[in-house]
Amino acid sequence: MELLSVKNLRMYYRIMRGYVKAVDDVTFEVNKQDSLGLAGESGCGKTSAALAVISLLPWNAKVVGGKILFEGEDVVKMSDSEIRSKIRWKKISMIFQGAMNALHPTYTIGRQITEAILTHEDVTKEEALERAGKLLETVGLEPERMNRYPHELSGGMKQRVVTAMALACNPDLVIADEPTTALDVIVQAQVLNVMKELQQRLKLSWILITHDLSMITETCTKLAIMYAGKIVEYGDLRYIYKEPLHPYTERLLAAFPSIAGEKTEMLSIPGFPPDLLNPPPGCRFHPRCPYAKEICMKEEPTILDANSKGHYVACHLHQ
Amino acid sequence: MKHFPLKLGFLKTMFSKQAPYVHAVDGVSFKIFRGEIFGLVGESGCGKTTTGRLLLRLIEPTAGEIFFNGMDVTSITSEREMRTLRRKMQIIFQDPYESLSPRMSIFDIIAEPLRIQKVEEKEAALRERVIEALQDLDMTPPEEYIYRFPHELSGGQRQRIAIARAFVLKPEFMVADEPVSMLDASIRTEVIKLLLGLIEKIHSSFLYITHDIALARYMCNRVAVMYLGKIVETGSTEKVILKPLHPYTEALIAAVPVPDPTARRIRVVIKGEVPSAINIPPGCRFNTRCPYAWDTCRKEEPPLVEIEKDRYVACHKYKA
Repeated sequence: MELLSVKNLRMYYRIMRGYVKAVDDVTFEVNKQDSLGLAGESGCGKTSAALAVISLLPWNAKVVGGKILFEGEDVVKMSDSEIRSKIRWKKISMIFQGAMNALHPTYTIGRQITEAILTHEDVTKEEALERAGKLLETVGLEPERMNRYPHELSGGMKQRVVTAMALACNPDLVIADEPTTALDVIVQAQVLNVMKELQQRLKLSWILITHDLSMITETCTKLAIMYAGKIVEYGDLRYIYKEPLHPYTERLLAAFPSIAGEKTEMLSIPGFPPDLLNPPPGCRFHPRCPYAKEICMKEEPTILDANSKGHYVACHLHQ
Repeated sequence: MKHFPLKLGFLKTMFSKQAPYVHAVDGVSFKIFRGEIFGLVGESGCGKTTTGRLLLRLIEPTAGEIFFNGMDVTSITSEREMRTLRRKMQIIFQDPYESLSPRMSIFDIIAEPLRIQKVEEKEAALRERVIEALQDLDMTPPEEYIYRFPHELSGGQRQRIAIARAFVLKPEFMVADEPVSMLDASIRTEVIKLLLGLIEKIHSSFLYITHDIALARYMCNRVAVMYLGKIVETGSTEKVILKPLHPYTEALIAAVPVPDPTARRIRVVIKGEVPSAINIPPGCRFNTRCPYAWDTCRKEEPPLVEIEKDRYVACHKYKA
């Protein structure tokens, strides 16, 4: 059985002018020990999809369709108290975007980690402190740092602290939203190494959300590319890299300057992502697609298995 | 040929009763030739941003000289002279959410330098220049953008406006401080290409500051790597990247993730973090993290020496 199965999820934001279709019919799976990379530009809906999974929606957001099955049970149908006591942080936890900057400035990090433990589990304060110390060790920090305040730590250390917080209740699935943005390249590499190690050692499943595909290569086995609220390509990472089928994926992969070997041409994607209040008709990518045909402007492509090997793509070129 | 030999000195800040110095930029010298894109690469805290701002005298140097077209910029005292100079030197900042005034329309933001420098004063002429600037940055149709405000635009669009504003005076020299690091990876390429197009169009010289050495490879003719306030290696970009000399340069290159699951690059990630710029380690600053460090490294600071033509490195492994 899959650990997490998201089926046809629709999550919209209500604003004065209408509904922003942030997540519009999204389907993906995460099995035990899977690491799924959820990639796409800012505004494509990836964070929104994650927030829906962990049921931490802003007041004006609503799941309007679909299922989120965790260990077979539909999270969408659960009450908030059920989610808080059974699912959130204990089974699924999240490292939020910019979490390292959201650490409380006047509490020690030990206090902040124990807060996470004490909120969700019935243990004594001493037990929680002991666990907090072990968690810091797990992410490569000395337990003595528990008594430090966030401003005394560097960016890389803070990111490790919020990772430790996400592991506080031994979850099965961790969602990491842009865990290395704002970190320097060497520190990024260190943090990614920590995450890889954790995954192997603790046998965790991950969903890694990012706009940076090169980070996903290092850490994930599966890849889902999102564009304008939809998944446009999905499957095993290696197959997608070897043969990207969707024009957007193709361009995304070529958008990186090469550090080794020959200097390659960087391809860019002209234009801007669409307005999700009024997405373009047909395929949402068609205004920026170099291969757009007439059908692309009228009919939305359905996501299909392109070669029966679990490599899904939503594109008229492959149907 | 214009160059910038400069020795920028210590920068100090005061902390309570003691007076330790934050050695932000600690004896840095380099030249930028006319029409060149020169890269300054390093991590947070290495002094690259400070260097960029020093060149434009947005910060005052503690010691050293900055020569622009043969004239020492650090010796200018009159505001008027400085303003004339600033017309030829412009900067693009890293954060598109902070560098544009939220209360000015896009039109006013781009027109501001023209107004301040009194290059154009009639509305019609200003409008023409602003529209040209927007078209150069692929913000078309320009009329749709000129009366908008920054909060109505995305990060990538805002950064294009910041770039338009910097180029509108057609300056001879520009500094860009991590201009795309806050943009999505997919948007970066587009903005970089537009930037390169503009640099070519007006033939300006450019200092590109970044922590992303892979991007420096794409953008720059020559590059200097900085660590804790000092330059540790310089040379043509291809040479520095394909055959790095300094162990820190090696580490920077090794840390760049490659979007290719089949590339079996052994990523040796060095440990530790950059030491504080207040308490600089004795000897070579990098010795605390260097995999090759030996005795001399902990005692003596290696000078920046030219080991082949136009190739400098500051490391005890190499002799002049």
